[in-house]
Amino acid sequence: MTDKIRNILKDHGRLSKDAMTIADDADLYQAGLTSHASVNVMLALEGEFEVEFPDHMLKRSVFESIAAMRTALTELTASA
Amino acid sequence: MSGLRVGIDLVQLSRVAESLATFGDRFLTRVFTPDEVAYATAAPSETVSRLAARLAAKEAAKKALSTEGIGWRDIEVRRAPSGAPSLRLHGAAAAAAPDSDLAVSLSHEGDYATAVVVMHLRPAPSPTP
Repeated sequence: MTDKIRNILKDHGRLSKDAMTIADDADLYQAGLTSHASVNVMLALEGEFEVEFPDHMLKRSVFESIAAMRTALTELTASA
Repeated sequence: MSGLRVGIDLVQLSRVAESLATFGDRFLTRVFTPDEVAYATAAPSETVSRLAARLAAKEAAKKALSTEGIGWRDIEVRRAPSGAPSLRLHGAAAAAAPDSDLAVSLSHEGDYATAVVVMHLRPAPSPTP
């Protein structure tokens, strides 16, 4: 799962750091993730993992790190 | 606490075009209401700039509302016959701003669209003696 998240960040996150090597808990907004880029990241994650982020999960905290996204996706894929 | 709040956002048109090219209808239906999509796609040459301005308005409104967990479609840009934009809130966004008025202004130039949202919190009615 983490590798897939990193690849999506590489393709859509437009980070100032390498998405393949950035720490799991690094703050992605500090690494240049913008609100629009997080829309694209969300759409790509939804497509890759065949889930939909419910509105209540549309929070900065859910997309602020690879670890946070992994936690959210684990929850969504478990209940899918 | 002051009764005024404001939010601003800037969106790059070329990135919206990229989102459209990459995610197509999923980008449209996930972020925009049917009316917003209909208006934006009514003039193909203006689709990207109209979508970008509306995406900026939604992000600006979220900042003014300073509330999370709101879907993009819960914040809708409406357009008066005069062309003047206004905001209509739905669902969680409406619940986050029960006693307030919101105003929005949109603009785009070159590769950028921007939106400003001002929110006025109506003072709670003073208790009758």
